[in-house]
Amino acid sequence: MRIAFALLAAAALIALPFVTEAAGQPALLSLATRVLIYAIAAASLNFILGYGGMISFGHAAFFGVGAYTVGILFAHAGSEPLFGFIPGSKQMLITLPAALVISGLFAALIGALSLRTGGVQFIMITLAFAQMLFFFFVSLTPYGGEDGIIIRRTNDLFGLNMRDKTTLYFVILAIAALFFALLWRVVNSSFGAVLKGIRQNERRMAALGFAPYRYKLYAFVLAGMGAGLAGALMANFLRFASPDMMHWTKSGEFMIMVILGGVGSFFGPIFGAAAFLTLETFLAGWTEHWQLAMGAILLVVVLGTKGGIAGLLAKLWGARK
Amino acid sequence: MILIFEQLLNGLQYGVMLFLLAAGLTLIFGIMGVINLAHGSLFMVGAYAGTYVAGVTGSFWLGLPAALLAAAATGLLVEALVVRRLYARDHLDQVLATFALILMFNQLITLGFGRQPVFTPLPAAFAGSVELLPGLPYPTYRLLIIATGLLVALGLYLLINRTRIGMLVRAGATNRDMVRALGVDIRLLYTLVFGLGALLAGLAGYMTGPISAVQVGMGEQILLATFVVVVVGGVGSIKGAFVAGIVLGVVDTMLRAFLPGMLRQVMPPSDADAIGLGIASMGIYLLMALVLLIRPKGLFSVGTGG
Amino acid sequence: MSILKVSKLVKRFGGLLATDDVSLTVEEGEIHALIGPNGAGKSTLINQLCGELRPDAGRILLGGRDITALSVPARVDLGLGRTFQVTSLLDDATCRENIAMAVQAREGLNFRIWDAVAGRARLWDQADAMLAGTPLAARSGTPVNDLSHGERKQLELLVALARKPRILLLDEPMAGLGHVESQEMIERLREIGAQTPMLLVEHDMEAVFALATRISVLVYGRIIASGSVAEIRENADVREAYLGAEDELC
Repeated sequence: MRIAFALLAAAALIALPFVTEAAGQPALLSLATRVLIYAIAAASLNFILGYGGMISFGHAAFFGVGAYTVGILFAHAGSEPLFGFIPGSKQMLITLPAALVISGLFAALIGALSLRTGGVQFIMITLAFAQMLFFFFVSLTPYGGEDGIIIRRTNDLFGLNMRDKTTLYFVILAIAALFFALLWRVVNSSFGAVLKGIRQNERRMAALGFAPYRYKLYAFVLAGMGAGLAGALMANFLRFASPDMMHWTKSGEFMIMVILGGVGSFFGPIFGAAAFLTLETFLAGWTEHWQLAMGAILLVVVLGTKGGIAGLLAKLWGARK
Repeated sequence: MILIFEQLLNGLQYGVMLFLLAAGLTLIFGIMGVINLAHGSLFMVGAYAGTYVAGVTGSFWLGLPAALLAAAATGLLVEALVVRRLYARDHLDQVLATFALILMFNQLITLGFGRQPVFTPLPAAFAGSVELLPGLPYPTYRLLIIATGLLVALGLYLLINRTRIGMLVRAGATNRDMVRALGVDIRLLYTLVFGLGALLAGLAGYMTGPISAVQVGMGEQILLATFVVVVVGGVGSIKGAFVAGIVLGVVDTMLRAFLPGMLRQVMPPSDADAIGLGIASMGIYLLMALVLLIRPKGLFSVGTGG
Repeated sequence: MSILKVSKLVKRFGGLLATDDVSLTVEEGEIHALIGPNGAGKSTLINQLCGELRPDAGRILLGGRDITALSVPARVDLGLGRTFQVTSLLDDATCRENIAMAVQAREGLNFRIWDAVAGRARLWDQADAMLAGTPLAARSGTPVNDLSHGERKQLELLVALARKPRILLLDEPMAGLGHVESQEMIERLREIGAQTPMLLVEHDMEAVFALATRISVLVYGRIIASGSVAEIRENADVREAYLGAEDELC
């Protein structure tokens, strides 16, 4: 049953560009592409938040760092090297790994410091580091400062025509599929088990011989890399990177996606990202005060439900059996 | 020298403003364990309500009770409808529910007052300036803010240290479960504390009106700085909120005032302004990170707040 | 050589001396019971031995190695096992997963991010093997949340054993157990004690007298007496300390 459902979902995702084209709704394809990218970002947050119990309020920082990696490398492609020795690049096979590495480094540094605290202090110190990066990029005038940096062309990949929206959608779909496959293995690995254990009972895990700090940091770095990947894809999709990508409200949006989908549910972030972006798109088309409706919906979900959309689906699934 | 003194006063004025907000926030967190992101919205509600009444009546002073009442009433409503359900929840639910409140308040204000900033008139008696030092005229209204902030600090000190409610508040910030065990009507205490916090936020919002624009989103700008104050001062500590508020207010103001100018000495003006302002904005966050790395619970941490 | 040697341990909380110059040893093959009235500082002592609290003075040696400055996990890696007074387990996880986690900790697979199904299945088999023959065998797939208090106590013991400790610190393993469960627990501890030395902190005197090879009595942070079961039964100071507080020494 599950396999059938997965196949159905895969078929729908693959057929989607042809359906939207036939229906004359190209905007839907762009919406779907953004859902895929945000799903990666939200899933990486869910990895530390839902599985590891770390409430990071600065996850957008790594999203932004990934985006700026693509932007800055593009700016130096074919011109003088960054810092005098790092050549720029327009090749996705170079820029994506670079974004993973750079956002991972930032996550290692921020995580190493932040994880020394806990509780509300952890929430606030992650927010503080994200704000520092936000203002750093605001003041980074060589790369556009507050206005951000324009990437004139999407990165090249295998000679594909990346200007074509459908091609780009499939590239991003493939990367997202790969990401979720990797994430599934990590969540269900020995390390994933330790992480879930630490969320449930840190004292017990210490008494088994696990030093929680190391495992949390490792997870924090992996999650930062995930967000960096999403940011790099977003920069390619929008052909633009700006400080707004790491604004604290963006971190808030990632959290909303996680809770809409269902905290600690594997596929929850996909539903959460889809629900958030769909709501945003349709509510915004309906009224300029869409945030009022979004706020009300969020409030109802937080106060009234446990488990978000994934929990709801699980209930329906159970009821049918 | 005079310039530095003037900016110090500006910093002090910003600092007491941060204290007014942080005092409520730190008590709400310390006693009820709730992270209330919507505290900035109460600040905004106070500013709008007061400014509206001041505009209709033509009197700054009639706007003041309106601001306090509106913020306190909104605070009590929010407590009864939303926050009360969050006491037993984890921080994630609290953050998201109160984030939702921010979205809603911003839109409601936009619906009522539009997107254009509105301006609060200065009270006539405080429209001028006094010469504090030879060559330093300083706006009397800013002095009024400083005096108000210091008075509130004194009032809170007396309330917390000399009254029965204050005793419960102190006990609650140190050990929540103990107060529950004492058989105190904890719900009433929570409501009172939340109402007081909202009142102070409204006061801060209205007082800020004449010196900066009253607009949608004004709450978030100051909210983050307020959280920095609460965390640096130590969650649940009024004293911490006071010290951290003043220090951070002064640091932030000084950095903004002098950093761009200093950078101009070594780089082109346009870059110096952008970079100077950027680094100045990072200042308080950097300070918070440093404090937390040395004292993970803040400067004046009390009891079991986390 | 003593497997555990505590010398001149001191811990103060403000003006209160919670641990007052405590020295004790646990030898191979020994069940050393630590008794004392409520508030004697037993939990404070256990928490220092485990590494959750830092002593103000004194040393703790495990197998001759000084562990006084080591963290909780580092001590566990050197062979220090414990159970908690109030059981502390992974409540959402099943019995099998709780034990598998201990096996995993012992084997050091902990940073593997790539061993999803196969690796986990092997650990579960080992956990089931440990559960087999115990009263929990039929509860392997049951989440801890659905276990009874007695079952949790048993599971906690199994989890500690799965780590293959060189010494076990047991913090009131009988607490809250019914009469039948207590008898079973005493039998279990006797079996385990034949293999693994223990420091047994316990209120249940029946269990202490049935199991202990040596007893130390802690009162107000000090060890006031130490000796065989017979010696402690006869000791006037001990009777005084207990009878002064409450008649627990049945």
